[in-house]
Amino acid sequence: MRLELDGEMVERARKLAKEVTDEVQKFIDLRSTDSVERTVSRLFGIDGVNSEGAPLPNVVVDDVKIGGGLKRGIAYWIANGCVAKNLDPQGLAEAVGRKEFSLVKIPPQNEGLVDQKMDELAAKAIEKIEDVRNKRDKMLEELGDPKKPYIYVIVATGNIYEDVVQARAAVREGADIIAVIRSTAQSLLDFIPYGPTTEGYGGTYATQANFKIMREALDDIAPKVGRYVRLTNYASGLCMPEISAIAALEGLDMLLNDSMYGILFRNINMMRTFVDQYTSRLICAFSHITINTGEDNYIKTSDPIERAHTVTTSQLINEQFAIKAGMDPKYMGIGHAFEIDPDVENGFLYEVSHALLTRTLFPYATPKYMPPTRYMTGNIFKGYAQNTLYNLVSIMTDQSIHLLGMLTEAIHTPLVQDRYLAISNAKYVFNNAANFGSEIELKKDGFIQREAQKVLENAVSLLEHVKEVGLMAAIEEGTFGDISRRMDEGKGSDGVFVKGEDYSNPLIEEMERLLGVRR
Amino acid sequence: MINNLDLEHLRPYGDQLNDGVIQLSFTLPVPAGAKAREAAKRLIESMNFSDVQIVHSEDIGEDFTFFVVYAKTTRDVNYKEIKTLEVEVPKMGMEEINEKVFKYLKRQIVIVGATIGSDAHTVGLDSILNMKGYHGDSGLERYRAFKVYNLGSQVPPIELVKKAREYNADVILVSQVVTQRDIHIKQLTELADILDAEKLRDRVLLVVGGPRITHELAVELGYDAGFGSGTMPSEVASYIVEKMVKIS
Repeated sequence: MRLELDGEMVERARKLAKEVTDEVQKFIDLRSTDSVERTVSRLFGIDGVNSEGAPLPNVVVDDVKIGGGLKRGIAYWIANGCVAKNLDPQGLAEAVGRKEFSLVKIPPQNEGLVDQKMDELAAKAIEKIEDVRNKRDKMLEELGDPKKPYIYVIVATGNIYEDVVQARAAVREGADIIAVIRSTAQSLLDFIPYGPTTEGYGGTYATQANFKIMREALDDIAPKVGRYVRLTNYASGLCMPEISAIAALEGLDMLLNDSMYGILFRNINMMRTFVDQYTSRLICAFSHITINTGEDNYIKTSDPIERAHTVTTSQLINEQFAIKAGMDPKYMGIGHAFEIDPDVENGFLYEVSHALLTRTLFPYATPKYMPPTRYMTGNIFKGYAQNTLYNLVSIMTDQSIHLLGMLTEAIHTPLVQDRYLAISNAKYVFNNAANFGSEIELKKDGFIQREAQKVLENAVSLLEHVKEVGLMAAIEEGTFGDISRRMDEGKGSDGVFVKGEDYSNPLIEEMERLLGVRR
Repeated sequence: MINNLDLEHLRPYGDQLNDGVIQLSFTLPVPAGAKAREAAKRLIESMNFSDVQIVHSEDIGEDFTFFVVYAKTTRDVNYKEIKTLEVEVPKMGMEEINEKVFKYLKRQIVIVGATIGSDAHTVGLDSILNMKGYHGDSGLERYRAFKVYNLGSQVPPIELVKKAREYNADVILVSQVVTQRDIHIKQLTELADILDAEKLRDRVLLVVGGPRITHELAVELGYDAGFGSGTMPSEVASYIVEKMVKIS
């Protein structure tokens, strides 16, 4: 099934998206955030909490921030402290946690020694990430990559040990990807909770210990089912780059990571999100973590047919931001969704058209397709039918990451049998219609072709407008998801700062160099 | 209603009057097999069912077994003696509502809406408030008679109350969609308590909606009205106008 798109228009769309993001990148390059600095602390080996339960990465960054030194970058202060006190970063952070001293009060040490220390800590961090990455790449090769679309299911009991039980059951039933949904509103916490957790609402806290527990469980079951099992979590919100760092350390395979989601749907400050997403994506690109972008959300709040072009526009913007972070297209899980009102005549044709447009526009990416949620009701039998059509569109249009629809969507978090029924439905449809898509030739100038072309044209006009006013002003206008956010508002704005002349961050610079994006 | 119906002894209708057939599905955390099937059968029999048929049982991994069961209930219910609390409003059209508001109140009604606490789902709230509405029934934003502030999702109850005061709200509309371990009850109670403490409760019409909400539950929690799944924006609009006009 081939969509004939106007090649010049596709090129034009990409060029516009690049120009739009080039402008934003200029702002990004001048700035850092508290979360970016905490990320550096974590990758330098700082972990754990102080006696009041505050995570040590927060403790050291706050210490330097209060002392007025953050513009120089946390890397310098940690290295300077390590040289002066002859401690490793963890020992240093623990001492700061006990309030023995403040990092900014330590006299400046020999510059050469401090630089050397920074480079040494950066090199060690890079090596750690590379080790995890290489181990995963090797496992994937040995165990074998499952057929696409990958079957993606969510567990969300609130208790990581209970999640493990459900995840293992889901893998036995055929799941290829396990996503542990986060506890509600974790995205608004300006720190990452510590340790294994057994209480959460609507999900389980994303902590490094929880990542480790689930990773071990999946690695244990993978050889038994004879295929690699991917683990997913969420890097949106105020700790975007930090979550990427702990995901890189614990060998996660995917992260929900969108360049604008936090701004629109969590009312996080624009600048904070743009700066954070850059570091976050560098880490993902370097760690071979597939990002999942969040365009499905737009058409949950605005009309999926009338506003289909906003999905396309955002996909192109997300792609350009990912390219700027040195990401290989195969790690770009470009998001979209099956959300059209089931009462719309030919709704199925619209869905095929939109899904095929995503597939065609991003031939080297791994599109992430999301199930119906908006028009799911308590009628689980109808919901099961809606999910069947969703599965059919996915296999017909060759999607890569397929989040399963649950028949109890909009009622409660999935019961064990809901997940089982969803997996059997998907397996049935994927097998039964395996080569359906490649058997079909689309009617020239037919409904599906025309609709896709129209959405692309509208996306180009929108991108022209966005280029003219700038992405930030476009967000203020409510371009995406019909939600308007102002540049100066939103959570976490006080955590953004302009880097000083003497700012140093050798870790991020080294990653940029290795990814070939050093500016 | 069909003939020969004994309303004092109402039973489910499968394919014959009073056959009492009910379908069930559930999972037992034991390995599939004859023993699991027998356990399922005994469990259902212990729940006042007869003629239990395990029509499907399947190993769904990690020692879980899924069952689909048909059985006949041995119980019935007296339909005649049931009294329920439902929001009773005459349904009005958009123009009728607009006219009524301007005739009797001579101003717009201010409505503040949000999903509170941990709930991130705005589907229900948006379908009632957004212009577009639901299934061709326009949302409250489309009515000239209403000034709507949609605060979106995960608004802390205290913040909602603050905004209600700031906008001088006549109506507070909260939606609760997805919840776990009855957290929605806690959050709804918290909102009602704050309104009481702030002495605002008597000055606003407090309305809640969501798939697990009934009018009865809403009243029990100290709300004026509760609307369940499938409620149309025009029903909520009619209710608000009816009440507001009565109050004034």
